Amino acid sequence: MTSPSIASKSMTMGEAGLMSVFAVSAYVCFFAGAMGHDSAFSFHALLASAASLAAASVILNRYYERPAQLPPAQIKGRPNYNLAPIKFASVMAMFWGIAGFSVGVFIASQLAWPALNFDLPWTSFGRLRPLHTSAVIFAFGGNVLIATSFYVVQKTCRTRLAGDLAPWFVVVGYNFFILIAGTGYLLGATQSKEYAEPEWYADLWLTVVWVTYLIVFLATLVKRKEPHIFVANWFYLAFIVTIAVLHLGNNPALPVSVFGSKSYIAWGGVQDAMFQWWYGHNAVGFFLTAGFLAIMYYFIPKRAERPVYSYRLSIIHFWALIFLYIWAGPHHLHYTALPDWTQTLGMTFSIMLWMPSWGGMINGLMTLSGAWDKLRTDPVLRMLVVSVAFYGMSTFEGPTMAIKVVNSLSHYTDWTVGHVHSGALGWVGFVSFGALYCLIPWLWKRELYSLKLVNWHFWIASIGIVLYISAMWVSGVLQGLMWRAYTSLGFLEYSFIESVEAMHPFYIIRAAGGAMFLIGALIMAANLWMTVNAKQTDQIKDTGALQVAE
Amino acid sequence: MSLWNRHKIFEKNSIILIAGILAMIAIGGLVEITPLFYLKSTIEVVEGVRPYTPLELAGRNIYVREGCYVCHSQMIRPLRDEVERYGHYSLAAESMYDHPFQWGSKRTGPDLARVGAKYSDEWHVTHLTNPRAIVPRSVMPGYPRLAHTELDLTDMAAHLRTNRAVGVPYTEDQIKNAVTDLKTQLDPDSADLALFQKRYPKAAVRNFDGSVGNPTELDALIAYLQMLGTLIDLKLYDEKANLR
Repeated sequence: MTSPSIASKSMTMGEAGLMSVFAVSAYVCFFAGAMGHDSAFSFHALLASAASLAAASVILNRYYERPAQLPPAQIKGRPNYNLAPIKFASVMAMFWGIAGFSVGVFIASQLAWPALNFDLPWTSFGRLRPLHTSAVIFAFGGNVLIATSFYVVQKTCRTRLAGDLAPWFVVVGYNFFILIAGTGYLLGATQSKEYAEPEWYADLWLTVVWVTYLIVFLATLVKRKEPHIFVANWFYLAFIVTIAVLHLGNNPALPVSVFGSKSYIAWGGVQDAMFQWWYGHNAVGFFLTAGFLAIMYYFIPKRAERPVYSYRLSIIHFWALIFLYIWAGPHHLHYTALPDWTQTLGMTFSIMLWMPSWGGMINGLMTLSGAWDKLRTDPVLRMLVVSVAFYGMSTFEGPTMAIKVVNSLSHYTDWTVGHVHSGALGWVGFVSFGALYCLIPWLWKRELYSLKLVNWHFWIASIGIVLYISAMWVSGVLQGLMWRAYTSLGFLEYSFIESVEAMHPFYIIRAAGGAMFLIGALIMAANLWMTVNAKQTDQIKDTGALQVAE
Repeated sequence: MSLWNRHKIFEKNSIILIAGILAMIAIGGLVEITPLFYLKSTIEVVEGVRPYTPLELAGRNIYVREGCYVCHSQMIRPLRDEVERYGHYSLAAESMYDHPFQWGSKRTGPDLARVGAKYSDEWHVTHLTNPRAIVPRSVMPGYPRLAHTELDLTDMAAHLRTNRAVGVPYTEDQIKNAVTDLKTQLDPDSADLALFQKRYPKAAVRNFDGSVGNPTELDALIAYLQMLGTLIDLKLYDEKANLR
């Protein structure tokens, strides 16, 4: 029998180490800011200096505030889950989602009414479009993925998240990367590689954050209390590892000066194009697909209270999906100066990719077996299920567009934009909304404020998506046909500007569809706000238990 | 014991799982990307492609900075209508010194791979300042500030040196004279003209934005646009010699 000793409080290695690193970085970044060759670099260096200073003082303050012992791994025999960083990431996801959708509606309106560019550098379409794509993919989607992965890995491994400061470093560090990337675009700091626009120093910072993310996730898996690694975690792991590889492969760049934002990428011309679309397509494959399939594999079974439909199907489609996706990049470069053999490989694998994609869709939808009636009463489950239906639709459309003949018409047109958005709004958007509608009540231990509002969100956003994608299908095909139309005398029938004019009504419909999607997200934010600020319920519905696969 | 049971090794060991993932994702990338660095047929053998002049490079950086690639491709496909609309299909050799490449993925505006020498400098000055002054139904943003913003000449030599480090064959002579060359390209009466033209054969020399004073961002951008697709004499290009 030992009496509870009064432990003397001392800083952990992590606290002391990280605090010193941030203290040094505050000084170094300030110095770099003063030496900066351009305004974007100076601004970012000073921002980093201020953030480092803030981080160092927060760590010190946290040390004084916290009890001597670090939080225990278990309380009364149950895992003591670390939920605070997840709360942070899910709030940021909602914030960036609304920011990203708003910029999207704005740039969609710019194409309909070009006066909205205001002829200012910071508000022109060319700079705002990367802001939109990064805000929705990396800021909104990324925060949803980090939040859900940290939640799912703890629950399915029945263990507390690894690391004390590390999870905080990941969520805050990642959002700081978003801030640097987004403000960089507005100030004209860009590599111009689509979906990999951030300049060299932002890339370096993301590398540090992402490797920490991988370590936290992997360390949690390693100390799991469950014998098996749950299927959702395979997908999360594939997403985290592959994004690291893609990021490193696509971004090696040499800065002109260590005190300036401009850099030149190591790859040139045709090789750069191949690296870019190897990266670009697999950002879709691993960030927007594998990561969100992990969400599907946890949240749909949980919400439907049914086991995952088929364990064997999940094994097959997991390995097939990650193997085949990597090859599909060249379909973004059909008929370009990329060698034909690479294009043919890209097309072939893109078509094969249809199968594992639908394997995932079938596994998600069939999980509803015996619980289809819940779609009538539970709009959150309906959102999750419709997202999987959109996933199935986009992953059929994708292979079709990857066929060279189809691509000769669709490439360079709005059809591509429509295809991307049926995946982005329908699949990624809806599955994220569904996950957040589940996650936020679980995290704050509240009942969801209103299912009726979820229903409104679902229908307004769905109609918005339909308006968006059908407008882009029509405009894309119309564009493609106008460009290749010939008169009976053998002359090109339309000048380019005639095809631009023809797009005008569709650009208005698209902007209206996007605005509806945004309105839906605002309703959601209000609903979640009311949920978090409601009185705590006594019952905690979430037990973390999953039924085993059949 | 069925094959399904063997999958347990991945499910019970996170390190083996991660190794399996890495092996799976490595294959496609290695097969598709690596040969592009050593297969000689990847980049055609042509005459005329040279590194950008300092002024053109500065203009290209403005093109990148403003995100022009978001709406304009620089890649003409070998399709009948594209070749008739934009000119000879693009060759890999034409972008071999491009870091990064600017092929683009969307044509909200027309392809620019061969826009060089298609319009006058005055056309570009007016069009970039206010596109709707020339093309009433255009949806392109205006860039009136380019004409009033002086070109940032600091680090010009370092820009060329960095390009050389990533594989663009700039000579020591070209790097040393980066700023002089940039100014010379805007001034046909310059005493350094002959040396400039030796360093960058056939590069156009004139006052691109038509205004007196220091080099502007508009000068640089127009110089870049006016050279796009003009380096190779495609009448002399032998398709058969470069069969791929």
